Amino acid sequence: MGKQLLLENINVQGISTLEVYRANGGYKALEKALKMQQSEVVDEVKKSGLRGRGGAGFPTGMKWGFIAKPEGVPRHLVCNADESEPGTFKDRFLMQNKPHMLIEGMILSSYALGANVSYIYIRGELLYVYHILEKAIQEAYDAGLLGKNILGSGFDLELYVQCGAGAYICGEETALIESLEGKRGNPRIKPPFPAVSGVWGRPTVVNNVETIAATVPIILMGGDEYAKIGIGKSTGTKLISACGHLAKPGVYEIEMGLSTEEFIYSENYCGGIKNGKKLKAVVAGGSSVPILPAELFLKTAKGEPRLMSYESLADGGFATGTMLGSGGFIVLDETASIVKNLWNFTRFYHHESCGQCSPCREGTGWMEKVLHRILEGHGKQSDVDLLFDIQSKIDGKTICPLGEAASWPVASAIRHFRAEFEEYVNHPEKIKDVKHYYNMRNLQPTA
Amino acid sequence: MPKVTIDGIEIEVPKGTTILQAARMIGKHVAPPAMCYYSKLKVSGGYCRTCIVRVTKGSAANPTPMPKPVASCRTEVMDGMEVANYTSEQNLIDRKGVVEFLLLNHPLDCPVCDQAGECHLQDLSYENGSANTRYDFDRRSFEKIDIGPYVQLHMTRCILCFRCVNTANQLTEKRVHGVMNRGDVSEISTYITKSIDNEFSGNIIDVCPVGALTDKTFRFKSRVWFTKPVDANRECKKCAGKVRLWFKGEDVLRVTGRKDQWGEVTDWICNDCRFEHKRYSDWNIEGPSHIDHHSVISQNHYELAKLKLDTGKQLKELKSKKQVDKK
Amino acid sequence: MSKEIKFTDDTMALVQRMIKRYPEGKQKSALIPVLHLAQMEFDGWLDAPVMDYVALILNIKPIEVYEVASFYSMFNLKPVGKCLIEVCRTGPCWLLGAEDLVRHIEKKLNIKDGETTPDGMFTLKTVECLAACGTAPVIQVGETYHENMSTESVDTMLNDYKSSGERKTHFDKKHIKTQL
Repeated sequence: MGKQLLLENINVQGISTLEVYRANGGYKALEKALKMQQSEVVDEVKKSGLRGRGGAGFPTGMKWGFIAKPEGVPRHLVCNADESEPGTFKDRFLMQNKPHMLIEGMILSSYALGANVSYIYIRGELLYVYHILEKAIQEAYDAGLLGKNILGSGFDLELYVQCGAGAYICGEETALIESLEGKRGNPRIKPPFPAVSGVWGRPTVVNNVETIAATVPIILMGGDEYAKIGIGKSTGTKLISACGHLAKPGVYEIEMGLSTEEFIYSENYCGGIKNGKKLKAVVAGGSSVPILPAELFLKTAKGEPRLMSYESLADGGFATGTMLGSGGFIVLDETASIVKNLWNFTRFYHHESCGQCSPCREGTGWMEKVLHRILEGHGKQSDVDLLFDIQSKIDGKTICPLGEAASWPVASAIRHFRAEFEEYVNHPEKIKDVKHYYNMRNLQPTA
Repeated sequence: MPKVTIDGIEIEVPKGTTILQAARMIGKHVAPPAMCYYSKLKVSGGYCRTCIVRVTKGSAANPTPMPKPVASCRTEVMDGMEVANYTSEQNLIDRKGVVEFLLLNHPLDCPVCDQAGECHLQDLSYENGSANTRYDFDRRSFEKIDIGPYVQLHMTRCILCFRCVNTANQLTEKRVHGVMNRGDVSEISTYITKSIDNEFSGNIIDVCPVGALTDKTFRFKSRVWFTKPVDANRECKKCAGKVRLWFKGEDVLRVTGRKDQWGEVTDWICNDCRFEHKRYSDWNIEGPSHIDHHSVISQNHYELAKLKLDTGKQLKELKSKKQVDKK
Repeated sequence: MSKEIKFTDDTMALVQRMIKRYPEGKQKSALIPVLHLAQMEFDGWLDAPVMDYVALILNIKPIEVYEVASFYSMFNLKPVGKCLIEVCRTGPCWLLGAEDLVRHIEKKLNIKDGETTPDGMFTLKTVECLAACGTAPVIQVGETYHENMSTESVDTMLNDYKSSGERKTHFDKKHIKTQL
């Protein structure tokens, strides 16, 4: 096992309480940060090479550096806890077990950014985690870790949690901001970027839960030390949500650069494929990243071992590579049907499209219908090319990345598993037991 | 002032001008089509994606091309920017894709649609669409709702441009309609049966690019190309009273706002002018309207004689107006 | 709905507390949390008069509430049963048998996805990813996550809820006091 920076002490009894968290070294990073200059905290994060853990992998220090600082206008830090990408459940795991780590990270990050009111936007389904956070925040207030003059530093911070109400799109930072403002989760057209005009038109930084939590060990050990962990530009540790056909699914903290083979097969991690089956394909970073067949996932096209890092997973571009994304690691064994799996993902994106811009609104539904037709045994010869063409018409034409998130799985599944699609179209009799629900819409239950 | 080159034509524009506005200043031959952007609205654009263009050079300072097509209506020009609209083959392919999406669920009921003949989607599909559809599933349908005595809502025709919602936001404090649900079942609705009535509600008919919102008092009265547009005015306490009357013989079948060459109203008009004054005697007639946006209607070239006389003057006016718009 | 549409004093106090979390004049930001409380208070769903009441409290147009309520999948615009059973149907849950669970519940309760039992006890709804893929398949009932579910554990779960008879539709009343 590699270094455990985020999941350290996660199994300690009562670690979710302030008392136990502090007894295990909690809030030491905050004490240290508050004695530093704000810019020094930013510098440490820059030096650490930390990259956004929500999926995009954008350097966090650089993002912080973009925040506008107009005179007299409050700034805000907003934590993106709208974890909804299929295959991803690391933030939920961290928040429910170590809520104070997120709160500590929020306080020191807010200090670095000069924000005096910060928000944690958590998805509505996680109401029970919302209550855990509310309780932890109250503990922090009672201990003088939040509110006025935190630990005698003169720094004030109000921290609030807001819950959403069921919309994947609110994980997109501008949709999240809209939702925080009490509106429909329609992504904004950029520019302006949130760093200039975010929540209520004020400069805002939106960071993922894991990103903010990672600032705690970074301050404790120093940015340079943190940057020594990992490989190349993929520094530090990453939480991976491993799921699907695995012997031991769960949340693992890995040092960047671990080989994909070790991650899947080592007893320290996923322990191999469930029931001794063979690995067929992996979706490495949440449902939206390109799916890769086993051989390309374990070794790059050049024949080098594939590593768990931003660069290695992306090696070969979309032709033979994928992305680290949010670390939602979905494993499919030899029994899984790529076409059915793709239909399921596509239905998800169809259901979650906000409906604002036409390519995504219309295209996601169309792709779902074509895939459903194939699965019902009514596919046409032309359907595979049609699907590929539809996704290409969505990709890059939309306001927000949901369009791409819907396109990439389709493009990659056809790229790597075309024969399977054609088999379904040419031999519909082979499609056994099509078990799936075709709910065009069930946002609203009927009475 | 930044200089931008669109389809090889350079123009200098005030700072803050969008690519689409700059293209319109150059002229029709380079201006991208727009289904949701509306220059008279303070907030609009960005949704439909028909106005996408390729930015082949970001700016003089940073010449890197933009990797994806951008919505020209929401992208400000930078000094030294180079844009390809009709000169980029890929851009035209991309736009064709967008048009296909817009038409995907749009019913082919043009023969019974009152908007036919002045429909922007008809123009758009004629110019950028293909003759065949690749979509062979049922088109979506909605429960019909009644939004009052003046405006007819045909939700199946709606392309969700948000113009009517933005118009209501701009013209009234009491917007009662909006976009419900999400994704491809989003719909314009009042949610609870309620009519849309405020003094300027009729303007949502004019801004609608398709036949989703049409004039109930004109319903099935005539095809628009059989009616003759005439500019007229009256003293009105609520609005400027500058309208367009649509005659069939001696009868005024319809009153609308006057629209410019981009199909956008020049003045908002009140419901009183629009729905309650349909007698010839209510109006001071100014003369035949010049229409150059919609091909079907402009087949009646009867106004050309007058137009020729005024061409020089009109162009001057248009130019000075654009300067005002920019500010 | 026969009863008067008015939050209890405790809920109202919490609503006021939530409004104060946002800058002055930005009280609309509290809309989503307040709608959760409204669902809690008024039988697990949002009738139009309830939404109008929320609009009044937040001093916004009713249409702004309808637009938001209809956007988010957790807001029910039609009546639901006392116990809202939400089965995750996405990706990993589906790979590991969520489909079978849905069929099993449908058969057992004799309702289809999206329907409510005639006694008003259960509503079945399939939902998208609940961020618990490592313990798939997952069922959410009210605020509670039921993980690693099987047809057997579903049976036990349904029986437990039936005998307890408590309301399980998202925001749980018991938190009102603690968060005041």
